[in-house]
Amino acid sequence: MLMLHIASKEFKSLFISPLGWSILAVVQFIVAYLFLSQVNLYVQFQPGLSDSPGLTEIVVLQTFNNVAIILLLVIPLLTMRMLSEEFRNKTVCLLFSAPISMTEIIIGKYLGLLGFIALLLGMIMLMPLSLLIGGVLDWGLIFSGILGLSLLLSSFAAIGLYMSSLTSYPSVAAVTAFGVLLGLWIIDWTQGTLDEKYQIVLGYISIFNHYESLLNGVFSSSDVVYYLLLIITFITLSVRQLSAYRTQY
Amino acid sequence: MSNEALIVVENVSRFYAEHTAVNNISFTVKRGEVLGFLGPNGAGKSTTMNIITGNLAPTEGRVLINGIDILDAPKEAKAELGYLPEQPPLYLDLTVNEYLLFCAKINKVKLSHYRMTIDAAKERCGLTQVGKRLIANLSKGFQQRVGLAQAILHSPTIIVLDEPTVGLDPLQIREIRKLIGELRADHSVILSTHILPEVQTLCDNVLIINKGRLVLSDSIKGLRQRMRLAILRVAFLRPPSCEQLMNIKFVDQAQELGNGIFNLHFQPGESPAEELVKVAVVNDWGLFELVPGRLSLEDVFVDITMNEQLD
Repeated sequence: MLMLHIASKEFKSLFISPLGWSILAVVQFIVAYLFLSQVNLYVQFQPGLSDSPGLTEIVVLQTFNNVAIILLLVIPLLTMRMLSEEFRNKTVCLLFSAPISMTEIIIGKYLGLLGFIALLLGMIMLMPLSLLIGGVLDWGLIFSGILGLSLLLSSFAAIGLYMSSLTSYPSVAAVTAFGVLLGLWIIDWTQGTLDEKYQIVLGYISIFNHYESLLNGVFSSSDVVYYLLLIITFITLSVRQLSAYRTQY
Repeated sequence: MSNEALIVVENVSRFYAEHTAVNNISFTVKRGEVLGFLGPNGAGKSTTMNIITGNLAPTEGRVLINGIDILDAPKEAKAELGYLPEQPPLYLDLTVNEYLLFCAKINKVKLSHYRMTIDAAKERCGLTQVGKRLIANLSKGFQQRVGLAQAILHSPTIIVLDEPTVGLDPLQIREIRKLIGELRADHSVILSTHILPEVQTLCDNVLIINKGRLVLSDSIKGLRQRMRLAILRVAFLRPPSCEQLMNIKFVDQAQELGNGIFNLHFQPGESPAEELVKVAVVNDWGLFELVPGRLSLEDVFVDITMNEQLD
């Protein structure tokens, strides 16, 4: 119950400042532009081809792919102030003096973030749905893609939240979260210079590989487990960091 | 009931890398007691308060709130606590009502009581008129009151206030004092302050802390004893000489301050007042003022903290 109070406060406070609104607006605008250019591509080439990728693959999944990269840039901006600002303004005192555990604080804040991300995804989903007006969609592929995108964004949020627990400077939290996310993306871009066995390990660590297979409609539990592990790890680290705050400062 | 110790602080120390913020402090606070916490800047007052409220873990020692260790069972212990830190923990982008509602929620106020508790706290802290305003737009004094409202909102048994009257005007200070006076009926209050008269009027017990160590722990009564001095201040219309005054029984030393005013020093418990009046009348010195000398709390405070520094 306490967790939900914190979650709803975090969710609402994103809309009290212009941050939440502007993120929703900017992301919607950029995604819409990319979506329209995919639709254009489809309209230009598809009638001439037979037995080729359909509407879902070309328009929807490619849009999802772009969304993932755009939100890799945006999520750190959402998460940066989650804890840093509480440290900076000393409002964390309010939470520490209240009968709430550290776990409830962190999970509450995380749920608040997930609420916002769900809203963001919901708005983005309106675009593929608009294709139903004149086309047919492959729902299996779309659901698999949404699952992948949700898991990916949830792990972005967990990493961002942890980075925010490390510092009282929101901008530092944003930069480090961005760095870690980017690092997890490019970690297997080794241009074939590494041994096969290392390449496999790096390939598993890379955050986008698991997303791509879900995006292609391949549901493998190892991909889902990867994201769940990542989320649980960073949430646990955040709880520990928040507890440690009381011994450090 | 009135004798149970609500807060027990046992040998609490807090060390930073090379710096000792709080060194082996112990004290207890009973129900209905108001404890004043005094000390120069950087003495460790806020650190101690942060430790009591579970905002900071002590390096050594332990804190019991109502018999519950704050580190072992933080949730149970903190349910009894209301804390106003030095910097009020305010979310500036919320309105006063929204903020207090959030505080009520996280402090487990019953859903059906939200409205009542919030209205009561606003009433007590004089915030009824500003409920719908953004906290960021309020003056420092009002922000301080919002912080105070947050601390007493869920009527905790223990209220810890770190310099509650900072930034308030004299009228508001008086209101806050009245409020603390009301709170003592069924709460314990720990209060840190720089304003010494505040301690004298409000507190039952006083702790003076300097450089992280407890240098004085006394009741206000005991402190009054300390403040009594073995000095009489006398003034004459036709002043005698110092020698004449020193001949009076019990007077150890007479010190002329000019304009016929003298300080007479004597041994504690042996007041020369009676003898002095007799002699003055006989010699027609025109005695018109006779005041027992008293140290102010400030003098005691400066005396104790300065002595510490010399040690």
